[in-house]
Order: sequence, then structure tokens, then C-alpha cells
Amino acid sequence: MSESEAAARPEPGPAEHAVWMRAVAEERSRGAFARLFAHFAPRLKAYLMRSGSDEQSAEELVQEAMMIVWRRAESFDPKQASVATWMFTIARNKRIDGYRRNNRPELDPEDPALTPQPEPMQDDQVGVRQTAEAIREAIAALPEEQAEMLRLAFYEDKAHSEIADQTGLPLGTVKSRLRLAIGKMRGLVDDELR
Amino acid sequence: MSAIEKNKTTVDGGACGAPPPNHHLPDEVLLDYASGAADEGVSLLVATHLTLCPICRDRAAELDALGGELVENLPPADLSDDAFAKLLARLDEPGSEPAAAEPARKEQATDDATLPRVLQRYVGAAAQDIPWQPLGLGVDHVDLSVEGGSRAMLLRVPEGRAVPQHTHEGNEYVLVLQGGFSDAHGHFVRGDVEASDDSVDHRPVADGGEDCICLAVTDAPLKLTSLVGRALNRFAKL
Ligand SMILES: [Zn+2]
Repeated sequence: MSESEAAARPEPGPAEHAVWMRAVAEERSRGAFARLFAHFAPRLKAYLMRSGSDEQSAEELVQEAMMIVWRRAESFDPKQASVATWMFTIARNKRIDGYRRNNRPELDPEDPALTPQPEPMQDDQVGVRQTAEAIREAIAALPEEQAEMLRLAFYEDKAHSEIADQTGLPLGTVKSRLRLAIGKMRGLVDDELR
Repeated sequence: MSAIEKNKTTVDGGACGAPPPNHHLPDEVLLDYASGAADEGVSLLVATHLTLCPICRDRAAELDALGGELVENLPPADLSDDAFAKLLARLDEPGSEPAAAEPARKEQATDDATLPRVLQRYVGAAAQDIPWQPLGLGVDHVDLSVEGGSRAMLLRVPEGRAVPQHTHEGNEYVLVLQGGFSDAHGHFVRGDVEASDDSVDHRPVADGGEDCICLAVTDAPLKLTSLVGRALNRFAKL
């Protein structure tokens, strides 16, 4: 695609992603799956490579993640997460399951021990799309230093001690700055949604 | 933070069933869980608390969404030319269902009012069949096998006894599963997590009217001998 064509056709956004997911889930549409792949697979590969995978294992993990997307498409719930978030969690879990004997410990949604959401919180709920939008704006509005800490924490899967090594900051400072960054992000998101 | 404050006022008299816990996971622990940096022991602690805490489930979902947005914003990496063709071929293969690991995950847990399922996978038993090992002075424990730098164990502490804590480096997290304990920071019941770092010495005492069962995770490696020694020292001082 030439640059002018790319500019003329806006990047499909979260609404389109969700439509594609539904087409994969309900119609087993390979066309929609191809669109999801074209959008997300290169980003998942970038994420996996930043997290320490070499090129070849990143490609392989992307394949496995996209297989899960295909097979479990009907379990995607647009009320719970955006497609981008769902894809991220699948790729993250694939990555972890690749180097651990056990799967990543996760709560079992069918567990009878699951404590239900109190009613007032349910009334409070805002749409997944608004939240994603608010988070995107919050990242953009964060001071660059704080946004960078969050990126390091996510993309590069850095333990706090490694972030400390890389940034030259003492470990305690890294932790308090991470806490500040998350708090600030939450504040911005809440303001956005209010 | 604001989510917690906001909900503290609304949780009482909420839906049927147990109210959400009052003592929660710190943000940086939830962040490590969302990013995948948390090792297995800490992840087990987080997953167990999330089962019991709708407030932290919301906070964790928000951090997953942050991860999703950050990945969405990454400059895409080029894939090999045949990547999609290879994937399509795999979709057509019979018996290519993902994850041979899946049956293990689905291993049917018996329903248990004390141990959430994610924890039963590690204990290998329901609460009434836990293979307890004595730790001294009436306190029992069972070590859980986790990879990485952290240690995880279940503790059973009779009412009136101190909950052994052993922080001399790193952080320790104690999550109540049954009964409760109190210390200078408050009263902790099922679902509550107490996080302490090496500067804290507050001697929690079990007081829930029954044996206190909790999940204890330390994110720095400890030697069992020093752990037992410290625990016994603590009792001796009581
Ligand atoms: Zn919580």
C-alpha cells in the first residue's frame, strides 16, 4: 500500500476488531480472521520480541496465539475486554507457558468460590471501549518518564530490579515511581470516564 | 486507589454471599501479574486473591487493558511472508487442537469451601485432605511447588497462636483462606492480603474462632531452616 492510500484509509479501530471477532466466532470467517491477523500478528510479534523472544520463537508464539484466537473465538466477550486486550493476554500467557512447567495461575471463572461483584459496582460499569479509549488518552497525557516506566514494565517484562538496573534508579525508587505512574493513570482514566 | 476507596463505602450490604475483602494487593504486584513479570508463587497469590476479590478483579482488568493498549501502540514487526499461509494450513490439520496442556488445567477439582480451584491445583487436595507437616508449637504447613525465586506455602495456625512471618529480605504476602488474624494493621479475614516488607515486624495472631489457614508467599528465596528458626523464635518470645 502506498503512503497516500494508507492515509486515505483510516486504520480500523476497536469497533472493527470486535466485528471481525464476531465474524470469526459466529461464521468461522477466514476473511475476518485474515484481517485480525494482519492487524494484530505484527504487533504481537513486536511485543514478543521486546519481551525477549528471538525472531523465530516470536513467529512461532504468534502462530500459537492466533490458533487460540481461532479456536476460542466464541469465548471472547466484548463486555469483558477489547480485542487488543484479549490478544495481549493470550500472547502473554503463551509466552509464560512456554518457559514454565505449569500454566500461568489464573482464577477459574467457574469456581464456586468466586466472590461475586457487589451490585453497586455492576451499575457503575462503563463500556470496555470507553475504558480503552480513556487508557489510551491517559498514556498520552502521562509525563514521559512515567509512561516509559509502564512501557518498560509491560513490553519488556522487566522485573523491578531489572528496570532499576536499566534506568540506574534504586529499586525502592522504581517501585514508588511505578506505583505513582499507575495511580496517575487511574486518576486520568477515572476523570475521563466521569 | 480510587476504585478501592469508592467501593469500600458500597460493599457492605452488597450482593448475597461474602462481602469483598478489605485488604488488597498493591498496584505494583497487580502490574507484575498483568505484565507476566510475577513469578509463579506471586502469580498464585494474585490468582487466589482475584478469585475472592471483585475489586482487585476490576483493577487487574484495567491493567490488562493497559497492556492491550500498549501493545496496540507498538510499531508492528514484519512477519515472514508465508506466516498466514502456514497458520491457515494449521487450522486445517485435524487434531491440532491447541495446548496438550489443557486437560491438565481442566483436571476436575473437588469443590471446596476453603481453597479456590487455582490453589487446589497446587495443593493437590481439598482442604480436609491437605498433607500438613508440623512446623512447631501447633502450627502446620505444607510447601507448594512453584518455580522461580518465590516460595509459597499454606499455613494452619490454631487460634491464639502467632502466624509465623519470616521477612528478612524481600516481601511477604499472607492471604487468609479460613479464620482470621489481627495485628497492628487491622483484622484480616478470608480473602484479605497482608503485604509486608523486611522493615515490618507486627506479629499477627490468629483470632478467627477457628484454625486460621493462609497462603504465605515470599518473593525472595528463604532457607527452610532459617524460616523454621525464625518462626520458633517468634513463638518463644510470646
Ligand atoms: Zn482485592
